[in-house]
Amino acid sequence: MTKQANFKFTRRDLLKGGGALVVTFGMPGWAVAATQDGGSLSKPPLMPDQLDSYLSIAADGKVTAYFGKMDMGQGVDTAIAQIVADELDVPFERVGVLMSDTEYTLDQGGASGSTGIRSGAQPLRNAAAEARRVLLDLASEKLGIPAEGLMVTDGIIQAKNQSSRQVKYEELIGGKYFHVNLEWNERLGNALNATGKAKPKTPDQYKVVGKSMPRIDVPGKVFGQTPYVTDIKRPGMWHGRILRPPVAGATPTGWDQNSISDIPDAQVVRIKDFIGVVAPEEWGAINAARQLKVTWSEVKSPFPEMDDLYDYIRRTPHVEENAGGGFGGRVPVDEGPVNKALEGAAKVIEAEYEHPFQSHACMGPACAVVDARSDRATVWTGSQKAHKTREGVAKLLELPVDKVRGIWVPGPGSYGRNDAGDAAMDAALLSKAIGRPVRVQGMRHEGHGWDPKGPASVITLRAGLDAEGNVIAHRFQAKGFSAWDVRSNEASPSDTLAGLLVGWPKNTRHNYGTPSESYDFPTKLHFWRTIPPFLETASPLRTAHFRDPQGPQVHFASESFIDEIAAAVGQDPVEFRLKYLTDPRDIAVVEAAAKAAGWETRTSPRRDRQSGDVLTGRGIAYASRGGTTVATVAEVEVNRQSGRVWAKRFVVAHDCGLIINPDGLKRTIEGNIIQALSRALKEEVQFDRNNVTSIDWLSYPILDSTEAPESIEVVQINRPEVAPTGAGEPSTRQVAAAVANAIFDATGARIRRVPFTPERVKASLA
Amino acid sequence: MATKERISLNVNNKSYDLEVDPNMPLLYALRNELDITGPKFGCGLAQCGACAVIVDGRVMRSCMTSVRSTQGRQIRTIEGLGTPENPHPVQKAFIEEAVPQCGYCISGWLMTSVALLEENPRRSDAEIRQSLSSLKCRCGTHMSILRAVNRAAKAMA
Repeated sequence: MTKQANFKFTRRDLLKGGGALVVTFGMPGWAVAATQDGGSLSKPPLMPDQLDSYLSIAADGKVTAYFGKMDMGQGVDTAIAQIVADELDVPFERVGVLMSDTEYTLDQGGASGSTGIRSGAQPLRNAAAEARRVLLDLASEKLGIPAEGLMVTDGIIQAKNQSSRQVKYEELIGGKYFHVNLEWNERLGNALNATGKAKPKTPDQYKVVGKSMPRIDVPGKVFGQTPYVTDIKRPGMWHGRILRPPVAGATPTGWDQNSISDIPDAQVVRIKDFIGVVAPEEWGAINAARQLKVTWSEVKSPFPEMDDLYDYIRRTPHVEENAGGGFGGRVPVDEGPVNKALEGAAKVIEAEYEHPFQSHACMGPACAVVDARSDRATVWTGSQKAHKTREGVAKLLELPVDKVRGIWVPGPGSYGRNDAGDAAMDAALLSKAIGRPVRVQGMRHEGHGWDPKGPASVITLRAGLDAEGNVIAHRFQAKGFSAWDVRSNEASPSDTLAGLLVGWPKNTRHNYGTPSESYDFPTKLHFWRTIPPFLETASPLRTAHFRDPQGPQVHFASESFIDEIAAAVGQDPVEFRLKYLTDPRDIAVVEAAAKAAGWETRTSPRRDRQSGDVLTGRGIAYASRGGTTVATVAEVEVNRQSGRVWAKRFVVAHDCGLIINPDGLKRTIEGNIIQALSRALKEEVQFDRNNVTSIDWLSYPILDSTEAPESIEVVQINRPEVAPTGAGEPSTRQVAAAVANAIFDATGARIRRVPFTPERVKASLA
Repeated sequence: MATKERISLNVNNKSYDLEVDPNMPLLYALRNELDITGPKFGCGLAQCGACAVIVDGRVMRSCMTSVRSTQGRQIRTIEGLGTPENPHPVQKAFIEEAVPQCGYCISGWLMTSVALLEENPRRSDAEIRQSLSSLKCRCGTHMSILRAVNRAAKAMA
């Protein structure tokens, strides 16, 4: 079997609190030894300008990288270990990565926008290079040989011309702190960086980077040894559950204590509009939540009929607009030039695309454990941003931020701002109320029903063509709910259910997105408009970042429309894209995907008659994201009797600059394709006038193993000269359009609403 | 809630005596009473499989199986499959294919695959897909899972 690489922190021991390593606050065993060794050496403060904040070398030579982001299962920690191993010249197996514990790691922004490697690796790479330089200096002094005359192999420094004169890293620094200053860019979060005097290596010097090293986290997960946030137990810990109203927006007016009198020690905790139950045992808390009779205030039904959703979006006045894309500054929307160009066009084509609310629907409802004391608190969370969770809990509990410790532990999946941050606040309130550690995990209906949703939108596109069929004007307008109704972290209780329920004011910000592409259309206007959330309080239809925020919505529309233009002018979809694309890397991925897929140059839909019930077709879509560019070809089978679509084959050409771990990249892309395919074919949050009615896997189905493709082929374009730009999300946004374009190719029917359910597809064929 | 009763369980070839509500699902007994945390709570509705365990050779959803009904039966969890030194063939294949992403669902896929292949390892890809179709994976690791189970099937045949 695969050799178990790298030692994994036995966080199980630390998290459980018993045993020799108690250290209440999870420090790895050998790091504890480090602090005990040479007692006069003190640890410098955890500051971004300290080398010791990023790296330590223990007495046995093991290296720890302290990483202020985390791995959500895509192998980011493995990649960090590879990068540190290369810079330090130590074996990969000797590097461990401690992720996002506010006691030991800096705020590097947590998991965020596929930046784990793009941004997160930079200070660690620099710190490792600087550590190597400092160690060479120490060795030079010890061996009496100038640093230029030394070389490093596997953590052993030796004279270039005399291998017997050598010293190991751990003999120089093992168990001690470097106390070396770095130059910090004065930024925190994703932008945090620090540099030393040493220059990091160039890609041609890499030995481990670029290789498919085995993922550090896999064996622990496969042997059931990895502790998740749901597995944490603390002495004296009770269990909590939260009660949510039957009509969204209703608040508790009272409850019947007798309804839970048979449950030993169960208590109700009500703080303003927040109501929950606690009990010493989880089964007790579950039953108390089921049994508790709560009376709720009468409120107006907060939502429109679901069938009316897209018209509701169309007719609701927007409150913000921006022609500056998703995260850029505000650019005023000036429709003049594009409208003028459209008026002068020989032909105008227009289409509208609708995308529903979608749920993160993580494998388990969110969980958190909080131990809130009068003067401090500890939070165990699966949130993507433990530093921000700590900040939010501190505000909620009115504690100084430095008195709250946030410890990230893997949760039941995370693809953005899911329900993890909410669980942390729920647990914090309950723990403070009863003076004990409290573990909260929602039930399934809360995971689906009350997690923040990917926003619904209507996207309108117009293209103006001249007499020769050239595109002279291109107008993209998105209108929908903001992706920042709930911010992408929980640094403010205002962005959580519990915070709103205890009186923090709603803090909606407005943000959506526009296409990320390099088509050269002479007059182009791309902008978004957002409408207010349905509710100004805790809502099951609040909206937030969900893997590749707005990317699937925006590019489903924009890349479907590219094919609509191509069809209108009678051109092959690949040729049409290549005619207008300008960025050489974009051109390269489109060409590579088409080539690997064996793309046949012709117009869509296919003209040859297909017999039988199953029609086949192929489609392409391309988009970039944050420097990464991806083209995806989908081959589908459409059953014209049932309307069922099977995406049989995908070919993905992917360029994210320098590739750190090809095998990890392949699996990351496969996961993105499957999740995005599930969203395209199946996922739509159902609701009625009162509440969300998608509350489990029957009412919110996702792709299963019979629906998975036969194959996903990935063409990895490695560009060592380009710094890595991230792969966690960019291959998500092309999938819906590639499949819709393939359905059109197979059937001639254009699907403009996600998801492509059998009923919808069948109706479009009629 | 029913009053607690004394229940004896056999999990991974070890016997345990507990005092629990006999109607409580097995999942909570394993996780909270016995500290066997490999099986996860995913839905509590037998819709996702994150809690799957093998009882007397058959895969069951421990979130909807009362602890009383498993008394005296042989319960197997992911912790009882294999060890890093001596992995079960399905675990070996899951490692070789680096299957898990978040990994929260993986115990269920493993246990279901183990039950399927131990009953009969000669399974076609179509049979494997069908047999695993009631399990969920939100990270979308389906391709790796299918490669791994097909690989394990070959190894066990």
